Amino acid sequence: MSTGTASFKQQLKRYYSFYTVGFITFVILLGIAEQMGMPRLYMGYTFLAATILLYAGIGIMSRTLDVAEYYVAGRKVPALFNGMATGADWMSAASFIGMAGGLYLQGFDGLAFIMGWTGGYCLVALLLAPYLRKFGQFTIPDFLGARYGGNVVRSIGILSAIIVSFVYVVAQIYGVGLITSRFTGLEFGVGVFVGLAGILVCSFLGGMKAVTWTQVAQYIILIVAYMIPVVWLSVKETGIPVPQLVYGKVLEKVTELEKKLTADPKEIEVRKIFGDRAKAAAEKLKAGAETSYNADKAVLVAKVDELKAAPTPDGAAIMAAENAVSSFAKDVKTYETQLKGQQAAGGRAAPPLPHGTPFVGVGKTDEEKQKSSDNKRNNFLALVFSLMVGTAALPHILMRYYTTPSVHEARVSVFWSLFFIFLLYFTAPALAVLVKFDIYSNVVGKAFADLPAWATSWQAVDKALLNIVDMNKDGIVQLAEIAIGQDIIVLVTPEIAGLPYVISGLVAAGGLAAALSTADGLLLTIANALSHDLYYKIINPDASTARRITISKTLLLVVAITAAWVTAQKPGDILFLVGAAFSLAASAFFPALVLGIFWKRANKPAAIAGMLVGLGVTMYYMLRTYPFFTNMEFLANIGMGKMDLWFAIAPIGSGVFGVAAGMSTMVVVSLLTKAPDQDTQDLVEHVRYPVIKGDKLDTTNAYS
Amino acid sequence: MQLTEIHLDYWRKNLRMTALLLSIWFVATFVVIYFARELATINFFGWPFSFYMAAQGSLIIYVLIIGFYAMYMKKLDIEHGVDEGEQE
Repeated sequence: MSTGTASFKQQLKRYYSFYTVGFITFVILLGIAEQMGMPRLYMGYTFLAATILLYAGIGIMSRTLDVAEYYVAGRKVPALFNGMATGADWMSAASFIGMAGGLYLQGFDGLAFIMGWTGGYCLVALLLAPYLRKFGQFTIPDFLGARYGGNVVRSIGILSAIIVSFVYVVAQIYGVGLITSRFTGLEFGVGVFVGLAGILVCSFLGGMKAVTWTQVAQYIILIVAYMIPVVWLSVKETGIPVPQLVYGKVLEKVTELEKKLTADPKEIEVRKIFGDRAKAAAEKLKAGAETSYNADKAVLVAKVDELKAAPTPDGAAIMAAENAVSSFAKDVKTYETQLKGQQAAGGRAAPPLPHGTPFVGVGKTDEEKQKSSDNKRNNFLALVFSLMVGTAALPHILMRYYTTPSVHEARVSVFWSLFFIFLLYFTAPALAVLVKFDIYSNVVGKAFADLPAWATSWQAVDKALLNIVDMNKDGIVQLAEIAIGQDIIVLVTPEIAGLPYVISGLVAAGGLAAALSTADGLLLTIANALSHDLYYKIINPDASTARRITISKTLLLVVAITAAWVTAQKPGDILFLVGAAFSLAASAFFPALVLGIFWKRANKPAAIAGMLVGLGVTMYYMLRTYPFFTNMEFLANIGMGKMDLWFAIAPIGSGVFGVAAGMSTMVVVSLLTKAPDQDTQDLVEHVRYPVIKGDKLDTTNAYS
Repeated sequence: MQLTEIHLDYWRKNLRMTALLLSIWFVATFVVIYFARELATINFFGWPFSFYMAAQGSLIIYVLIIGFYAMYMKKLDIEHGVDEGEQE
């Protein structure tokens, strides 16, 4: 290693050590300010402002007009730092805020995300990263264009990259809006645009270079923010500060409590209330909302008249009956929503889910149970497959491996990427179990008057996150009476662990860092696909460097604002959006990329057909099975309405069909058409070896 | 561009290692999940074994696979004269 690279690495290590120490000092100072009486709202603002200014500072320091720096950070990001940047790029709001909550609610079945979002890096390391790095250049459509030749493949690549990244970026901006609005009291729509400003200052001035160095900074914040509360909680519950090693014992205790709570008569009583209410609501809905509304209201009104007509009217009883009338649903629509809510809450009639048991089957007979358990297993397998293959096909992740100095560094860099991602992912299941144990033992069975402070305060924030209602009026909390939302688990951990509010602020800053860093990488991917691949490579190959960068920056702005606008419309389920992005990426890119490297025979017609078929199958399946689309009338009118699931696989795992279809199409079409020419075969040889003596091909610098 | 026997040997070894590591990946992921219900009866330091694998064990295997591959390929590069030498 020459002195230049070595000293650059040393310098980076020094900068980021200073930065980490500085950040910790900042948190400690805020902690002291809190003790001296700084109000919580101001602490929220300080965290938000300080971190965004910090990212802006790094963005300004990294501003650049050099093409290689703008697109691939000058190809001098050392493996370790590229690993951290990829970690931040990778871990989105869904990983940071949502994942532990998902594990809390789904137990074993939620682990599909843990496996799926890590195992895909094996495919990146073994099948893609080193070869893409050898190829060089700037984007994934670059590789597809060069390998298969012509603008058609490149254009399909551009289109797929934009669809995938746009779906994913909407999910991120949504996360940004959620966090800023919750911790600063700003409105959701305003929060979205504040967050957007934060995203833009990073990527606008310095492209990939700025994004890389900001992402390293964001990784440090997010991992510190994630670890502190879990470690603290672990000390509180087990006395040992390494939660990942010891939560097996806590899981055993949780399993014991689950058995106890399943058999507890009070719990059974509450569960029956939910079950009966749901059944009644279903019947009323079946009879027609309007009929039931009038009937129910008539009963209440009649009660008032009856009491008033009594020989000795009872004032208190009349008052209560009148209250019942006035608090009754004010119109049929409200009434119908209430009934639907009660019907949906019927799920709460089920006993607690055994956290450690895989694929719990439900049904009346053993046969039904077995079938539903098998279905859950198959869906788990399909989801893991889609997430893994999708990981190895997301353009914003693959692009990161263009930024390392060499092929070897690219391989090492995938190792560091997964290592840094692993740190958070093997902690999340521990967090879920520890929080569950705390709630099962410190909230369940307590009197409503003695609820912990966090339980009271979060109920006031948002009933969708936490809602505890005394259903059987015994004054004691039953587990079945607690409704808990997925997003609260990570946010509430500092309070459960008994940490000061400054740590809650830190966790919010961590969540913000996770969402911002992912959004940065995605926006850059979209802007590059348009400016580099579409404008420079297809429309105007004579464009000057300055013009290309200006166009890219302008597009970045346009795309960012469009994405924020779409997000402000709140387009549905975040988890589904993320899952959809993975399935789409997997089926569009994976077959063409992998066969392009490992099979010389793969040719242009095959790539065109394979990508279109893969993408088409996945989109078709989602359109016809996901409720968001199947509820659209115009789709049903053109014969694209709801259809039965294939092999009972849920739409989030549809990548499994798309990849299979794309892969087989590519093989069949390749074999039916003519083999690629010698130049293409040479290109394949070229990417397979880090260095070939006498190799005249220089794909890396061919177009810079 | 002329590829020698040494180059082809390098690529064969690379493919063999890739296939081997991918099969380990496959077993640690899909085989473990397929038999998760059966494996759950084994107690592993408090965890049901399949829960441990899905939450931690398989992840550790993934990290090791990638780390081993990077080291193995570095050695293979040097042995077959296709390494990048000292990096600038």
